[in-house]
Amino acid sequence: MTEPKKSSSLQDFDARLQKARASANKVPSGGLSKVGVRNGLGVAMRLGVELVSALAIGVGIGLLLDYWLGTKPWLMLLFFLLGSAAGLMNVYRAATGIGQGVGYKRATSDKGGKSDPAPDSNGDEAGETEAIGRKKE
Amino acid sequence: MAAEGHSPLAQFEIKTLIPLQLGETNVSFTNSSLFMALAVGLAILFLLLGMRHRALVPGRWQSMAELSYEFIANLLRDTVGAEGRKYFPFVFSLFMFILFGNMLGMIPYSFTFTSHVIVTFAMSIVVFLGVTILGFAKHGTHFFSFFVPPGVSVVLWPLMIPIEIISYLSRPISLSVRLFANLTAGHTMLKVFAGFVVSLGVIGGFLPLAFVVALTGLELLIAFLQAYVFTILTCFYINDAIHMH
Repeated sequence: MTEPKKSSSLQDFDARLQKARASANKVPSGGLSKVGVRNGLGVAMRLGVELVSALAIGVGIGLLLDYWLGTKPWLMLLFFLLGSAAGLMNVYRAATGIGQGVGYKRATSDKGGKSDPAPDSNGDEAGETEAIGRKKE
Repeated sequence: MAAEGHSPLAQFEIKTLIPLQLGETNVSFTNSSLFMALAVGLAILFLLLGMRHRALVPGRWQSMAELSYEFIANLLRDTVGAEGRKYFPFVFSLFMFILFGNMLGMIPYSFTFTSHVIVTFAMSIVVFLGVTILGFAKHGTHFFSFFVPPGVSVVLWPLMIPIEIISYLSRPISLSVRLFANLTAGHTMLKVFAGFVVSLGVIGGFLPLAFVVALTGLELLIAFLQAYVFTILTCFYINDAIHMH
């Protein structure tokens, strides 16, 4: 083998190595929605439990506070409503692939914009969320 | 015949194999403990023996071990990014433990330890507490801003903050109940249909038998899928704690 040929293949390898390293180190860009939505069956199995568990936690907190403060049914009723709201929010988040994040915004490290657009229909929704997040910053 | 005295729920019974007592606490070695130990042992054997040749071109077994490693490594990289690599040992062990537990449960006459809510809850509470501690360690008191949804006016805070806190606290419940409920429901259904095979006899028994065969396939899928869902949600939670808003 001749010298220049060898070095060019080395350069080629170097370029590929660097590309692979860059892709390994990149911060997930829209990874949450991508991974979350790609596996539709996995998402579908999550939704029901998501709704009920928040409701159960809400009622549980209400009952405990009632027991502690002696305000028998009222806090339980209040927290029942809050719990159902939280459950609906959980489902909304899981379904739109915004991720499990408490709070609507995605992780700050995305920095938005740069990420390749999500291939699925809820890409614009995720974009909206990012926009809301950036407004706050 | 065989169906009598065999409730579909009998498979979930805890049987003490070696009675042990530690002070006031009952720490007996049960069939559940046996299958947990088996799951750990088999997972270790699967990986160690699979990798013993360390061939550059992997054989079938080594390929399976490498695939399972890469599957979780990619999952962690896609959801958490490069910082997630530190948590790989934990996430991988969790995945292998649940996967082997679910798969061992698919063997007839075996015990499925993931069908007990206390087992899955113990795992999810470890994830939940670990992630919460991680969040506090990374962000200090800034962690509380987690519960304030961005872009919401201050007027709505008294309403939104309790909702967010409930939503956060519901994580370990949903995480554990999902795994437990899917496994319990699936295994009960299998047993019920298998009971029909016996009670309907030779003539009518073929239809439920076909169902059982199909359901076994479905259960294998669910066994894998639930291990995957548990793992990916753990990754999401780690990601939330590391990259907070």
